[in-house]
Amino acid sequence: MTDPMPHTGSPETDDMLDDVSIEDDLRPTDPDTPEPMIQLDGVSKTYPGSDIPAVDALTLDVPKGEILILVGPSGCGKSTTLRLINRMIEPTGGRIIFDGRDVTRVNADELRRHIGYVIQQIGLFPHRTIAENVGTVPKMLGWDKAKISARVDELLEVTGLDPSIFRDRYPKELSGGQAQRVGVARALGADPPVLLMDEPFGAIDPITRDRLQNEFLRLQDELQKTIVFVTHDIDEAIKMGDRIAILRDRSQVAQLDTPQRILSLPIDDFVADFIGSGAALKGLNFERVRDLDLADYPVARSDIGHAKAVEMLREAHQRWLLLLDEQERPLRWLNEPALDRTDRPITETGLPVTATVEPNATLHDTLEAMLNSSTGCAIVTDERGRYQGVVEIEVLNAAITRMRHEARDHYEELGLDHSSAPPHVSAPSGNGR
Amino acid sequence: MSTTVAEAPSSAADIDLEGEPPEPSTSPAGSGPRGLVSLVVTPIVLIASAVLLATYVGGADKDSAETSALDWDTKLFPQLKEHLTLTLWSTVLVILIAIPLGIVLTRPILRRGGPESRKILGLVNPVVLSFANIGQALPAYGLFILFLGWLGQGENTSIIALALFALLPVLLNTMVGLDQVDESVIEAGRGMGMSKLRVLTRIELPLAVPVILAGVRTALVINVGMATLAFFIGGGGLGITINSGLKLSRDLITVTGATMAALVALTVDWIAAVVERFLRPKGI
Repeated sequence: MTDPMPHTGSPETDDMLDDVSIEDDLRPTDPDTPEPMIQLDGVSKTYPGSDIPAVDALTLDVPKGEILILVGPSGCGKSTTLRLINRMIEPTGGRIIFDGRDVTRVNADELRRHIGYVIQQIGLFPHRTIAENVGTVPKMLGWDKAKISARVDELLEVTGLDPSIFRDRYPKELSGGQAQRVGVARALGADPPVLLMDEPFGAIDPITRDRLQNEFLRLQDELQKTIVFVTHDIDEAIKMGDRIAILRDRSQVAQLDTPQRILSLPIDDFVADFIGSGAALKGLNFERVRDLDLADYPVARSDIGHAKAVEMLREAHQRWLLLLDEQERPLRWLNEPALDRTDRPITETGLPVTATVEPNATLHDTLEAMLNSSTGCAIVTDERGRYQGVVEIEVLNAAITRMRHEARDHYEELGLDHSSAPPHVSAPSGNGR
Repeated sequence: MSTTVAEAPSSAADIDLEGEPPEPSTSPAGSGPRGLVSLVVTPIVLIASAVLLATYVGGADKDSAETSALDWDTKLFPQLKEHLTLTLWSTVLVILIAIPLGIVLTRPILRRGGPESRKILGLVNPVVLSFANIGQALPAYGLFILFLGWLGQGENTSIIALALFALLPVLLNTMVGLDQVDESVIEAGRGMGMSKLRVLTRIELPLAVPVILAGVRTALVINVGMATLAFFIGGGGLGITINSGLKLSRDLITVTGATMAALVALTVDWIAAVVERFLRPKGI
């Protein structure tokens, strides 16, 4: 699972239904990683009449509780891969292992009742009420009516739909966002450990999509399902994924890693191209201000005199001096021209403080604040508004460089042939491809 | 063929929805206030027309030929019964043949199967459809004569001939009804672990019901009309009265027979509309 390289192994042709010893080879080497919930072992799909496989010997582990994103250009086989997992498409080679159990040849209908499945078009049954839709799988599993009814109410509530309003409605009476919530509720019907989602938010307007994504992530925090999520949108992948598998033709894994590391160190040109410009900018979402080494900056209390302030400024070789009030809250930015006007009180000269961020803000938010700041610096304050330090552009530069080094160290630790990565992986984000 | 596909469902819709804005979710079989009104008003009009006809015929000055031909107990009532029997059984036959056939012909294996099966099975659809098409394209009279030569005269021959004639609308509507079920709904059903049979019976057929019923309704009305020709091959029905009116040049007899056949057609159509209204699944 920590292998970001394309898999070159030949498809697993042996029919080892009962032999589980091979699983040991597939388990992650990292002891901190939880056990895999889903294992694809050399899974292939070749359609009849075609020589080129749609999915070519894909080996992939998804640990319990992880959101794994499959992302790639159109036609790379990501949807096919997802549909191979619940055997909506039958694989022509390899094994699918759920929680240590080989399910490549079990009854597919039976198997799917224990795997949640959400598709972009949702596919609610138009002639059934919302309650009947959500209760589809529990009903098939033979739950009694009271239990199904309680479960439906619970699911509607967790997906943000009031059961008293929506229970007896029909799908045509729902908005797109509401329908997708019902789709998720229905997939969670019998509390399956695994969810497969095929561009679930693809057909929803951007504002609703953003809200549904956030709600879904919150829900996932509680539920801890193992999720495989297909999208073609790299931004959605970065936002939703614990790990991202970037796929190229025939579902070959180009890079499989955390969003942060993929953004910091795209392994090759394909990945770099797919991420597109702004990788460094997107990567800033994964770092927080509290992890930064804040720059030393000249600060002064508001009772300082003009002359003293000028002296401080010159000593520090800085353009700006930050003025704090008695509670150490940032007050004004002072520079020499402002301080020369001794006719005004020091608290009314200079520029007002506009850009402050808290320690748990992301670097992305911090950069935004810096761009809006009159001095190009963001001031870090604690929750009571007291001054903690200042973030300058050099600090952000250092952070990005550090992230890149960490990613490179990580790959070196794995013993990867480093020449496979471009020597200066900053290139894709820097030269505006 | 393609014109029939478009026609069959909409011909039912025309009756109730004339002038209504085209709303895809509105059911043709009298949902919505206007449809409801027509469902209630139609039987009143039909009963009034029947009473009017009975009064007119009863009060008219009749000669002996007319009196004999229009006798209720010995002529009109038995003919009416025969007419309904012909219509009912031929429609039952149509349903029993056309709906299962339509289901089979829309199964994915016949539709897009593998490239191997496609070569053989891809021919099935056009062959079956052109056969059904012949049933409707042949002149009804010729069809009756063909069956007469094959099966001899009588009620059963008439029923089979009528069934073949009305096969196409039900077959096509079954196929169209099943085809128009959203692929994603089937995908979702299969993805949740419903078997193919379960998806067919719980999802596809219920969703196709309105379109299939519209086809059945068309078949019923066709059969009522065509059953007036069944007397040619000894099938009985109201055609006897119409024919004797024509032969004796007695307009009263002809008009009575024709009006009764028309009233039967409208009544049958109304009953089918009521059934459609109650069988239509909620939510679509």
